[in-house]
Amino acid sequence: MATMTATAVRSSARSGGLAGQTAMITGRWLRAQYRSPALIAFTLVQPAIWLLLFGQLFKGVVKLPGFSDSSYIAFLTPGIVMMTALMSSGWAGTTFITDMERGVMDRMLTSPVRRGALMAGQLLSNATTTVIQTILVFAIGLAAGARYDGNGLGYVVTIVASMLVGTAFGSLSNAVALLTRQQEALIGIFQFVSLPLTFLSSIMMNPKLAPHWVEVGARFNPVDWATVAARQSLTANPDWSSVTRHGLYLLAFTLFVAYLSTRAFRTYQRSV
Amino acid sequence: MAPPTHARTGGGDLAIEVTDLVKTYPAARKKPPVRALDGLTFDVPAGVVLGLLGPNGAGKSTAVKILTTLSRADSGTARVAGLDVVNDQQAVRLAIGYVPQKSSSDPMATGTENLVLSGRIYGLSKSDSVRRSAELLERFGLADAADRQVRTYSGGMQRKLDVALGLVHRPTVLFLDEPTTGLDPEARADLWTEVERLSAAEGLTVLLTTHYLEEADRLAAQLAIVDHGKVVASGSPEELKAELRGDSVQVELADATSANRVHSLISELPGIGEIVVEGNVLRARVDRGATAVPAVLGVLEEQEIAVAAVTVARPTLDDVYLRYTGRTFRAAERASDAEKERAA
Ligand SMILES: Nc1ncnc2c1ncn2[C@@H]1O[C@H](COP(=O)(O)OP(=O)(O)OP(=O)(O)O)[C@@H](O)[C@H]1O
Ligand SMILES: [Mg+2]
Repeated sequence: MATMTATAVRSSARSGGLAGQTAMITGRWLRAQYRSPALIAFTLVQPAIWLLLFGQLFKGVVKLPGFSDSSYIAFLTPGIVMMTALMSSGWAGTTFITDMERGVMDRMLTSPVRRGALMAGQLLSNATTTVIQTILVFAIGLAAGARYDGNGLGYVVTIVASMLVGTAFGSLSNAVALLTRQQEALIGIFQFVSLPLTFLSSIMMNPKLAPHWVEVGARFNPVDWATVAARQSLTANPDWSSVTRHGLYLLAFTLFVAYLSTRAFRTYQRSV
Repeated sequence: MAPPTHARTGGGDLAIEVTDLVKTYPAARKKPPVRALDGLTFDVPAGVVLGLLGPNGAGKSTAVKILTTLSRADSGTARVAGLDVVNDQQAVRLAIGYVPQKSSSDPMATGTENLVLSGRIYGLSKSDSVRRSAELLERFGLADAADRQVRTYSGGMQRKLDVALGLVHRPTVLFLDEPTTGLDPEARADLWTEVERLSAAEGLTVLLTTHYLEEADRLAAQLAIVDHGKVVASGSPEELKAELRGDSVQVELADATSANRVHSLISELPGIGEIVVEGNVLRARVDRGATAVPAVLGVLEEQEIAVAAVTVARPTLDDVYLRYTGRTFRAAERASDAEKERAA
């Protein structure tokens, strides 16, 4: 017995650090994404359609009294960036469910890999998609005539905010996946949640012009925090305190749900 | 980190010690919870292949999940490689390999990518992991498919890769949950040879769950028959068979309605042990098959009962199973399948 225990104890040091393991897991998901080009194309085409469709549909709202922006496409673009980050991250959990339906999740959970690395790796690959989408939406917006007077910092803020939205809602999606273990349940819950998150916000409309309850809802909506921070940072004279405040709310929310989703592995393990 | 090495332990060491495990799962609404394990107790000496044999729903996978730290028992203790599965969880994980009942490879990745990632997760360096992966792919006859995505593999190839995934980090204890279910005979034989080699040449301890009596007979040095979450019999296949004195006689009647009458007729004959009736088939334990068969046939002929077939056999694992669970292995399978359907 002594020999065995000694061997095990010698190797009981965690294998690799959190960062190293996260990088390995990220690599796995990036490779899988890169191998499904159809899926990538879809996640890129969808925001382009929204931008052009809504851009045409609601072009006239800028003429409403009280709508301070003069170009609707310039107003809409950061909103569509966040909406895209939200919508495509909602699918994140489906990869976990595929892993659970096979024995991949169970094999991973009995290996020395940290739960944090399993979660972070998947979220990082998700965030990579979000960055690409954000850049593409901007490119389309600019091509359609959107102009921003601020310096380049606004673009950086928007990209970071979109990554946070993607990570937060990707975490939630993963958590729901671990709790429900069902593709249908995950998709149903996400559709139920994503609609209010999109419309109780300033994504398409200045909430000051909407019913009061929309404005109240938007105040508690992480997607709106990101939209406000991005839009503000893109103006000629950004109100940096507002950008910082909304950015910090968003960061805190993201860290909170990422922590919760990592805890959801325990719930999953209790049910297997 | 030093790569995990094989712990070669002297005789008498236990690689797996399971004591009184109980595990219940909450059931669907208005139903009592399912008691998947109900005081499961067994040991596996180091370097031995143990077969956990039992029908659907017996609790085999549940036991494996607890031993591999995936799941946790409600009560009882389990030690693997000398380590407690709850208190020394992380060390247990480094010491074991787990091949789940469901295929455990990533279908979007190639065979090599699957293995290399697994090795890296266990702390192997990149180059060690690549070398070890190539070695395993070669050994399992997958070298040609190494750079193909796993979703293009056949079922047998995927299962071999699953076993390879359980071995990348050179574990001391390997858990195989139904490694050959659904494989064709050839692929099954390949895997058997490989498991035999691993235990003989590398001193690996293997816990194997199976539905196949033949597999248990061939691979397992020790068997534990599990039924309703408990071990109902254990020992080597030979010991278990030897405990059943005598032979087994099976009488297949042309007509099931006479089965009960035949039961009482036969049980009065000398040298006849327990008799089990299943439909139109009677199975009896007898001291000597050679004398029992003519006697049985004589009685049946006298009473003009039509017989389809009579066979006599040395005890098999199926007889062992019958003895300890009161059902033949196949009947137990059918019963639990029906139970599952009712529950669904
Ligand atoms: N995750 C779960 N949730 C609820 N019940 C479960 C769960 N896993 C297993 N059970 C129940 O526990 C019992 C034992 O199941 P287990 O999977 O351990 O059986 P098994 O011996 O591996 O069967 P099989 O040969 O079909 O794989 C069964 O009644 C099963 O329905
Ligand atoms: Mg099972």
